[in-house]
Amino acid sequence: MIKNIVCSFLGTLAFSILFNVPKKYYMYCGLTGMAGWLVYCAAEPFASATVAAFFGTLVVVLLSRIFAVWRKCPITVFLISGIFPLVPGASVYYTAYYLVTGELRMAAIKGLDSVKIAFAIVFGIACVFSIPKQWFQVSHWKGRKKERKPENITKIRNI
Amino acid sequence: METNVQTREIQQCDMHRVLELALEAGRVLLKNGAEIFRVEETIRHICASYRVEKVDVFTMSNGIFITAVNEDKEVFARVKHVPLSGTHLGIVTEVNDLSREISAGKVGLEEAFERLHEIEKMPSTDSIVRILASGIGCASFGFLLKANVWEAMLAFVIGVLLYIFVIFSEKNRLSKIIVNILGGAFITVCTIAFSMLPLPFSFRIDKVIICSILPLVPGVAFVNAIRDIVDSDFLSGMVRMIDALLVFVYIAIGVGTALSIFEGLLGGVGL
Repeated sequence: MIKNIVCSFLGTLAFSILFNVPKKYYMYCGLTGMAGWLVYCAAEPFASATVAAFFGTLVVVLLSRIFAVWRKCPITVFLISGIFPLVPGASVYYTAYYLVTGELRMAAIKGLDSVKIAFAIVFGIACVFSIPKQWFQVSHWKGRKKERKPENITKIRNI
Repeated sequence: METNVQTREIQQCDMHRVLELALEAGRVLLKNGAEIFRVEETIRHICASYRVEKVDVFTMSNGIFITAVNEDKEVFARVKHVPLSGTHLGIVTEVNDLSREISAGKVGLEEAFERLHEIEKMPSTDSIVRILASGIGCASFGFLLKANVWEAMLAFVIGVLLYIFVIFSEKNRLSKIIVNILGGAFITVCTIAFSMLPLPFSFRIDKVIICSILPLVPGVAFVNAIRDIVDSDFLSGMVRMIDALLVFVYIAIGVGTALSIFEGLLGGVGL
């Protein structure tokens, strides 16, 4: 368990360095990846890898959006490094490997696996991105208690 | 009357400059791995904050098309070709900050040009840091993919060696195809070489290879492709997805070729 926490944090952080993320965002990238991986691990015993990847993606994208609004920077920074542990690298690799070595049946099995996980990730991203962006603004919730200020909402920029 | 003509000329000139700035910003963003949606938003925001109101932007994964109309119904148009290339999220962040400042009205037109040029020259993270990061990334993901300690350590070593090769090829501008095929082959050769050394432990060759190819995996292209598709930019999404899938195929060709050669030479190394 501790191994999972430390490794997913370190791994995501390391890959965010490779993508030239600014230094001040390293911690957030690591946290996003860690949260996504932990949810994936927690969901995997009860559901298929695809469903687990879906829940992992949900958490990653949600956290990335929160960080992006909070730190006022592009969501890509957190999203790409955070989703890295969930990307079906191994099964895509096996697919291509079996294609190269001519074992087409295995290639089809592994290929379908990776397509399923990819669609789970797509669906996860689509779900969270359809949440209205005002909901991620603190001012939206604060303003609501007293009265809604329309100028706050028009000023909001896309993350 | 004359002054009127003059002011109009100045306005036209300004409009050209504004479009140029917006296009430059868009090009820098697109080149360094931003989504289509962000490129278009940034161009619109920059134009709007310099009072160029009627703008149409059409962006694809490798080109930006932009037209604007002024009050005299004169049309300005620009097209920019942006080849697919590497990722630098630091630059994307900086351009995003710049565009926010422009929107807030803090930055003048010429100053914005200067800042943009400076941002584009921003260097990558230090090579040694990136090489170490690659090794650490390989090793940590090795644990996540259920490798044991020894396999993770080997993945660290191979990840470091691999990234030295990647940085070398970046400096010499090798093509993506060559880098990924050679990278895959390089990983396999290293792994098999380690398996021949009299090491005090045994390891699974496929685990080490999977952990070590991770720095080559096109994560940015993949995630951006998905985001473009979610935003209904299907054309760009497909182009990027094909880009990502081809990289996987190149890696597999490299690994597969190297493995089959060794299998032929030695018999039964295989996966």
